[in-house]
Amino acid sequence: MRFVSCLLRMIALATLLALQPGAASAQGSPQAAEEAFTRLGADSFSDTNRAIEILIANAHPQAAVIIEALADGRLLAGGGAVVVKTKDGKLLDAKTGAALASEPPGLSAVRLNNGVRRTIQAALGGLGLLNPDAGKRIAAAEAVFKSRDASLLPVLEGAIAKESDARAKAALRQAQAAILIAKPDAPPFDRIAAVDVLRERGDQDALATLRSLPGDSSAGLREAQGRAVSAIESKLALWRAGQNLWYGLSLGSVLLLAAIGLAITFGVMGVINMAHGEMVMLGAYTTFIVQELIRTRFPGLFDYSLLIAVPLAFLVAGLVGIAIERGVIRFLYGRPLETLLATWGISLILQQAVRTAFGPTNREVGAPNFMSGAFEIGQLAITWNRLWIIVFAGLVFAALLAILKLTPIGLQMRAVTQNRRMASAMGIRTGRVDALTFGLGSGVAGLAGVALSQIDNVSPNLGQSYIIDSFMVVVFGGVGNLWGTLVGAMTLGIANKLLEPYAGAVLGKIALLVFIILFIQKRPRGLFAQKGRAVEA
Amino acid sequence: MSLASPLLRAGEACRRPLKGAFNRIGSGDMSVSNTRRVILGAALAGAAFLGTLLPAAAQETIKVGILHSLSGTMAISETTLKDVMLMLIDEQNKKGGVLGKKLEAVVVDPASNWPLFAEKARELIAKDKVSAVFGCWTSVSRKSVLPVFKELNSILFYPVQYEGEESERNVFYTGAAPNQQAIPAVDYLAKEEKVQRWVLAGTDYVYPRTTNKILEAYLKSKGVKAEDIMINYTPFGHSDWQTIVSDIKKFGSAGKKTAVVSTINGDANVPFYKELGNQGIKATDIPVVAFSVGEEELAGIDTKPLLGHLAAWNYFQSVKTPENEAFIKQWKAYKKNDKAVTNDPMEAHVIGFAMWVKAVEKAKSFDPDKVIDALPGIEAPNLTGGISKMLPNHHITKPVLIGEIKADGQFDVVSKTGLVAGDAWSKELDGSKDLIGDWVEKKCGNFNVKTGKCGGA
Amino acid sequence: MITRFLIQGMDKRGLVFLAVLVALAVLVPLANLLLPPGSILHVPTSAMSLWGKYLCYALLAISLDLVWGYCGILSLGHGAFFALGGYAMGMYLMRQIGSRGTYGNPILPDFMVFLNWSELPWYWYGFSSFPFAVLMVLAVPGLLAFVFGWFAFRSRVTGVYLSIITQALTYALLLAFFRNDMGFGGNNGLTDFKEIVGFNVQAQSTRAALFSMTCVMLIAGFLIARGIVSSKLGKVVIAIRDAESRTRFLGYRVDRFKLFVFTVSACMAGVAGALYVPQVGIINPSEFAPANSIETVIWVAVGGRGTLVGAALGAVVVNYAKTVFTSGFMAPYWLFALGALFVFVTIFMPKGILGTAQDWWARRKAPPEASPAAEPAPAE
Repeated sequence: MRFVSCLLRMIALATLLALQPGAASAQGSPQAAEEAFTRLGADSFSDTNRAIEILIANAHPQAAVIIEALADGRLLAGGGAVVVKTKDGKLLDAKTGAALASEPPGLSAVRLNNGVRRTIQAALGGLGLLNPDAGKRIAAAEAVFKSRDASLLPVLEGAIAKESDARAKAALRQAQAAILIAKPDAPPFDRIAAVDVLRERGDQDALATLRSLPGDSSAGLREAQGRAVSAIESKLALWRAGQNLWYGLSLGSVLLLAAIGLAITFGVMGVINMAHGEMVMLGAYTTFIVQELIRTRFPGLFDYSLLIAVPLAFLVAGLVGIAIERGVIRFLYGRPLETLLATWGISLILQQAVRTAFGPTNREVGAPNFMSGAFEIGQLAITWNRLWIIVFAGLVFAALLAILKLTPIGLQMRAVTQNRRMASAMGIRTGRVDALTFGLGSGVAGLAGVALSQIDNVSPNLGQSYIIDSFMVVVFGGVGNLWGTLVGAMTLGIANKLLEPYAGAVLGKIALLVFIILFIQKRPRGLFAQKGRAVEA
Repeated sequence: MSLASPLLRAGEACRRPLKGAFNRIGSGDMSVSNTRRVILGAALAGAAFLGTLLPAAAQETIKVGILHSLSGTMAISETTLKDVMLMLIDEQNKKGGVLGKKLEAVVVDPASNWPLFAEKARELIAKDKVSAVFGCWTSVSRKSVLPVFKELNSILFYPVQYEGEESERNVFYTGAAPNQQAIPAVDYLAKEEKVQRWVLAGTDYVYPRTTNKILEAYLKSKGVKAEDIMINYTPFGHSDWQTIVSDIKKFGSAGKKTAVVSTINGDANVPFYKELGNQGIKATDIPVVAFSVGEEELAGIDTKPLLGHLAAWNYFQSVKTPENEAFIKQWKAYKKNDKAVTNDPMEAHVIGFAMWVKAVEKAKSFDPDKVIDALPGIEAPNLTGGISKMLPNHHITKPVLIGEIKADGQFDVVSKTGLVAGDAWSKELDGSKDLIGDWVEKKCGNFNVKTGKCGGA
Repeated sequence: MITRFLIQGMDKRGLVFLAVLVALAVLVPLANLLLPPGSILHVPTSAMSLWGKYLCYALLAISLDLVWGYCGILSLGHGAFFALGGYAMGMYLMRQIGSRGTYGNPILPDFMVFLNWSELPWYWYGFSSFPFAVLMVLAVPGLLAFVFGWFAFRSRVTGVYLSIITQALTYALLLAFFRNDMGFGGNNGLTDFKEIVGFNVQAQSTRAALFSMTCVMLIAGFLIARGIVSSKLGKVVIAIRDAESRTRFLGYRVDRFKLFVFTVSACMAGVAGALYVPQVGIINPSEFAPANSIETVIWVAVGGRGTLVGAALGAVVVNYAKTVFTSGFMAPYWLFALGALFVFVTIFMPKGILGTAQDWWARRKAPPEASPAAEPAPAE
């Protein structure tokens, strides 16, 4: 376990024992220890649980090592022997800690289930309360907060008295409060104070703890609890609104990523690109290949795998896009509806090609460390991957805008799409620009694939699930306008997430589709309509 | 043809002349109009027509149909089942086939399209004259082919866990019925994890609906209050789980131990578990037990954050028995891939195929009627160390295993029951509690034990 | 007068098409019912129901060709009208099961019994009557098309915008019908039918009758579509396709013409769906899938847009190809073939099979310098 070095845990254990006279009296009882080892070898979860309790209660000198090994699946048992396998692969006798010369026969790892994991967590929580690292003390306090192991109350009190770090102290107090709430024989005054501590904490877990107040508590305590619960609830309701907004932003950024490539190929070039989703899928598969290579060849680079995948996905999808444009679409300019048919055919081919090459099942794309987990701002849980996707979507959008507005090729692209013949007369090689524009749109779709590989299936069907939404976004925002796509994606994302808690996921989505249908009646050219006579052709 | 249509009677009178007319279509000589285009059109239509109805060549081998989607949304799950069937048939042929005849697999692709399932089933039975069909995954695909199997009287082996409430003469259900998966899993959570509050989350289709209905009735009968059960349905392929996962978190903060029973289907699972992992819901806080997540689905996820979440199946790859180890070895060799995983529906096909072979040998015939009659009572070893038996209601006996997800994407079996007989009709539902399926004595799939009549009510 | 409406402007191609259909309608059922299975000319029931399905698709394709090929409205939601017609028929067939369902409930369909519905929802009333169901087959898709079109055409939503919102329409319906709470059987849809107007749906003779009926409806659909496009009204409709603004400036109420054609087409699609359901034995929400509607567009494009006969031909050819490709050794690769077919047709045969054949025919007959185009190419 990540907690601590062995020595410090010994100190913690000693403190624990000093504070627990009942347990100390059984110290060193060889029968009890023997029983614990027999139970560890019994291959039954309840026996394993009991064994941990015995080891802790008896302050077995190897307790910390054994429990830590158990948590990691490094505790082996079989044929009456219990063996700890150290992280570097050496075998130690669990009873004595002595190194073993040879591996006893018939060993297998002691198995865990959630119940055993909870016991371990609680035990390690008790052991980590006095860790010198404040962060680990907080983690330990959190573990105690959840396990609410009343036997740790004395340790907690000792720890609180010594604690100097404000955050750790608060965490320890909260752990203490959680125990007190559930402890009917604690002094009533302390328990009311505990209610206040939890009210201060004010999150879901505090609410859960408060709600678990035993029914037979005194009237005063119940009243305090009732007030605290409603206070937390009203505060959480506010946070929840903020949370929904965040979810909406995050969904909006996913839609933006999925749609923005289409805003180029469909919006700017007028190609109804049904193979757009497959470009997204190619991007996701590129990410998969990059990770696979990194996993087998350069495991150290894993955290950078997505960064490496970004340019490659852009290139792969972009090149495929250029190939499609040169091979098929250039014969179809001026017949936009027929591009729909051809690209639909291409999308079928690409899907089946990927299915043949990679198999029909999902492929695993792992999350690099900087994209795993979540952090909290107040009661707002923000997951790192969503945050990075929002940032990424913003960057892609800005880059695309810059390319179109600031670079010569962007100028040529706009010129060709606005008046092809005039542009051609001015010496622009329209064919080349077409290919590059389509390549750019496809490449951006590939970038979306890198991001989507973090939150969705990497399977041949990946693209299909986004194609309709992408078209909705582009049409809603107004064809041919990148800003429209941005506003469209965000509006639809946020509206979807604000509706979902009330209407459910399906009805919310239906409501949005109906809204888009009605909205188009009102503004037949989308939110940001292109103005000018060319549109009314 | 008891309900003869007027057409038939009218047709009888003018049999001969029309036969002649039809004869002429094929040769393209028709008197309606004599342009070349008529000839061309009619010949084209005729040729195409004949193409669809040319009978298969003379049979030296016995054909076995494989009806699994190889493209479309369900290809992700079904393709491996096609492969496993090919492997089993191959292996049977190496052993000398069945009744001295070689087997021949006929593979079709119903493309995850339900009407196409019916069409392909008809093609397999009527055109290819297969002796039995192994196939289908979703309930709707089974429902879609059901009338075809009844009409043309053939045999379907259906390998996937499903909602029950069905017992058909022509279908053999080798996957789990709800009482072979859902109820033991809930019992485990209530006993081992002391769960008191339940989230029943599923994809909005009939299997989760029925399973949740059964579980709700079952939990209530165990004294769980209505406010301690939250039911949530999401559409197929749902990919944005942020709101629902945070709802689950909120529901789980009521001070009682909470668990999620997930009947979320296929594609939606990956984003669901990714979101669970990211929002930090650990199995020690709110365990999730899934009925549709197996080794195959986990292959697409980084399982480290999911350590300890559960699944209930009748088979896990990690089960250590000689049969299973041999099967895994054979499968990996067949796929030429050392990472190939096995899963529950694959085991169901293994059992189903073995039962079919035994039944054919017992009946000494490939005739569907004889094989259908021979199947109940046939026993075949499952891969988890027991002997499964085909029951009169066309379901089989299976053990129920609960596994916890390990970091390597496999399951650690934490609980295993003895053989449980599959119930075609759920005892927990009002509509079906008096119904049984018995094709041996009662010759009826929905026999009402109260009224003593066949046919529900 | 009606006869004139129906046969005016009938060309040779149309006559051939009608002749083939009449022959199919009469001969196939007879060859199925009367000839012994061993006979070389016997039509197996499986082939007949397969072709019945193709012909339903052909009717759907003709209905789409009417709006797309002649009026320039590219509907990516025609599958919705097809499915609604199918559901109306499916509801009738469900009610015909009566107490023969698994649970023996005389009123409620099986899926409602096991999801604990206590009574029949109001929108299921009346579907036990065949005439009412037939009315609904026409009325539900027609009404939806009318309301949708009324809004969309009045607001002058055109081109890709219209295509995308028709797609939104069918997608919304897909999601709605997937919900079990809607009372349409959710994902499993409606299935396990027993009888249609008193005849067992699985009986060979019923299948034969259904096949004939499909041919008859296809003939009727073709005649109506042909009649519309070759009438005076049809001229205006084609004018709208080729130059909408100009037609409007000439004083025609463009939206009303479009609305009329769109609604008629939706009714036709509904009829196709209604005939489809008893023949395949299931209707489920996946018929609403946008991909299905796109595929319908592709049938029309493959056969030849703006030719009606071509649309029907395209539907049959593509579906026949699908049947062939999804079996045997091609099964794992058929999507390659299908995808390649679409790409090939759009690039090398922009007028579809029929248009290309026609050009080829015209070139062979006429001297090379003569203009081969029989009809003006449809503008986008």
